[in-house]
Amino acid sequence: MKIQVDERGYYGNFGGAFIPEMLYPNIEELRENYEQIVQAPDFQKQFNHLLRDFVGRPTPLYLAERLSEKYGAEIYLKREDLCHTGAHKVNNTVGQILLAQKLGKQKIIAETGAGQHGVATATVCALMGIECIVYMGEVDMARQKPNVERMRILGAEVRPAKSGSKTLKDATNEAMRHWINNPTDTHYIIGSVVGPHPYPEMVARFQSVISKEIKTQLLEKKGKENPDYVIACVGGGSNAAGAFYHYYNEEDVKLVAVEAAGLGNHTGESAATTVLGKPGILHGSKTLLMQTEDGQVVEPYSISAGLDYPGIGPVHAHLFETGRAKFYSVTDEEAMKAGVLLSRTEGIIPAVESAHAFAALNQMTFNPSDVVVINLSGRGDKDLETYIKWGKY
Amino acid sequence: MNRIDKLFQNKKERILNVYFTAGYPQLNDTTTILEALETSGADLIEIGIPYSDPIADGPTIQESNGVALDNGMTLKVLFNQLKGIRDKVSVPIVLMGYVNPIVQYGMENFCAKCEEVGVDAVILPDLPMFEYLEIYKPMFEKHGLYNIFLITPQTSEARIKQIDDNSNGFIYMVSSASTTGAKTSISVDQSDYFARVKNMNLKNPTLIGFGISNAETFDKACENANGAIIGSAFIKAISEEGNLKEKISGFVRSVIG
Ligand SMILES: Cc1ncc(COP(=O)(O)O)c(C=O)c1O
Repeated sequence: MKIQVDERGYYGNFGGAFIPEMLYPNIEELRENYEQIVQAPDFQKQFNHLLRDFVGRPTPLYLAERLSEKYGAEIYLKREDLCHTGAHKVNNTVGQILLAQKLGKQKIIAETGAGQHGVATATVCALMGIECIVYMGEVDMARQKPNVERMRILGAEVRPAKSGSKTLKDATNEAMRHWINNPTDTHYIIGSVVGPHPYPEMVARFQSVISKEIKTQLLEKKGKENPDYVIACVGGGSNAAGAFYHYYNEEDVKLVAVEAAGLGNHTGESAATTVLGKPGILHGSKTLLMQTEDGQVVEPYSISAGLDYPGIGPVHAHLFETGRAKFYSVTDEEAMKAGVLLSRTEGIIPAVESAHAFAALNQMTFNPSDVVVINLSGRGDKDLETYIKWGKY
Repeated sequence: MNRIDKLFQNKKERILNVYFTAGYPQLNDTTTILEALETSGADLIEIGIPYSDPIADGPTIQESNGVALDNGMTLKVLFNQLKGIRDKVSVPIVLMGYVNPIVQYGMENFCAKCEEVGVDAVILPDLPMFEYLEIYKPMFEKHGLYNIFLITPQTSEARIKQIDDNSNGFIYMVSSASTTGAKTSISVDQSDYFARVKNMNLKNPTLIGFGISNAETFDKACENANGAIIGSAFIKAISEEGNLKEKISGFVRSVIG
């Protein structure tokens, strides 16, 4: 069974484009044009140039020796934390801003949870001199204050999403409503592998540079492209999709996705969608979704704003359903401990999102010869307050 | 014969369709509102099924959805309230909702229930035409239920044609690029759009919605279609202090005179 999207935007049973008619022309415009634009040599040239000289790619694949010793495997870190702006999110925004320009759009909107995608969007808009509005839940604005100010310094307008639970889901609703009201001159840069087709596949492709580099770098270091494991955290799932992309159909590589269990999966305060969700429709695609029996979307919880989302991208729902990827979930406490452990063993303070991927190591068993790649999706600078508040270091 | 077809057979202009959110302002207001609307002169009534994430709706309807959910409204509750409604109300009833709660309820069950209580059509703005035609259409047909599609100023003529071919009842013309409740006065752009659609001679009647709020906008819309749909302005009117039935008749009178 091959993991790939069909022409309707489905990965197996998940995906599609469940959008109101008001968004149909925008989505259709994207769907019809994006492949051709993205594959054109001049686009590729600009994209690769910006990834190299602006983002700082390729990011290193780093052998974490002390961590390897602790877990009894050969563990490499894919250093997306070293990307400009501090996380993998910018790979996607660079791609989408170039696409928006080719589509002749003059304005950009985005949603953000932790603020990383908002900052990455504000950054490329500043780079291109394009007007930028970022929707962010009022609750998230309070817990990710430095990122709010970073966006403002970069010249973006940050609009509080005041509806619903005032977090990422609501910021996404507000961005979609804005797009409905401004359909012709505006491009919506979605920050993860979610949303209506073609967004999930498009974002995954922009992020797939991660696994492309891992292959090249492992070949250099180990004489083979394929590790035994690739591990990544999943909010919407863009860093995971990027790290898995070129391994989707390499059966010898075990794919491991890590979700946020918040205070614990059965406490009512979790964001582990594959544990708590059922098939449903949110933000334009059919996917696994945390919801009530009546189909109302349930508020997730995680200490990490970037994982605090009630769904996952449709490709991940498919990877889960088919068993192609194994899903783990880790609690706030486990993630924070793993973050401190990485800080102390390797001198790297990870984003709280990324720390979840490291915490999954405690639930796995390895052979000493196993080659493990962990996608270190972002750095912890934005999370200092969260670390301080947690305090157990 | 579907009540909607009967309506359009007997009345071709100035059709007033009023939207309200089930469970708002109070959980058990549904039948009171339906009866009062019919008595006051509404030709067609649209009942909103509240949803946690109504992305096509502006602040007024969002809020009413939130209140209705807090009040305990669900599809099960709504169908219970609608049991026997056809003894009291004869105008066509349309359910409007987002697709997720309905898929969780079960589409087949949903269609059967609609038939049982006497619902004539549904509007599911986030159900793509493709999915409807491929998967759900036979269930709708089996239960005599119409699926109403939306068109907007951005919808291409080819697509409008396709929608017309696959529609029954009426076509919902969204007045401008917006979510519900936007303040619009009919502009030049919209006039072009209305004229364009008129010239296409669609087989289905059209009703204009989004931004219709009073007699002036209703009249303007009626010059360009068979009638109009009022939602947010009605929700606002019934949110005010006072007797519910009186607010409803007062509002409808203020629109159709
Ligand atoms: C560092 C980092 N990792 C992961 C995520 C989660 O997003 P995704 O699952 O799309 O990679 C975020 C989101 O804000 C993030 O900032």
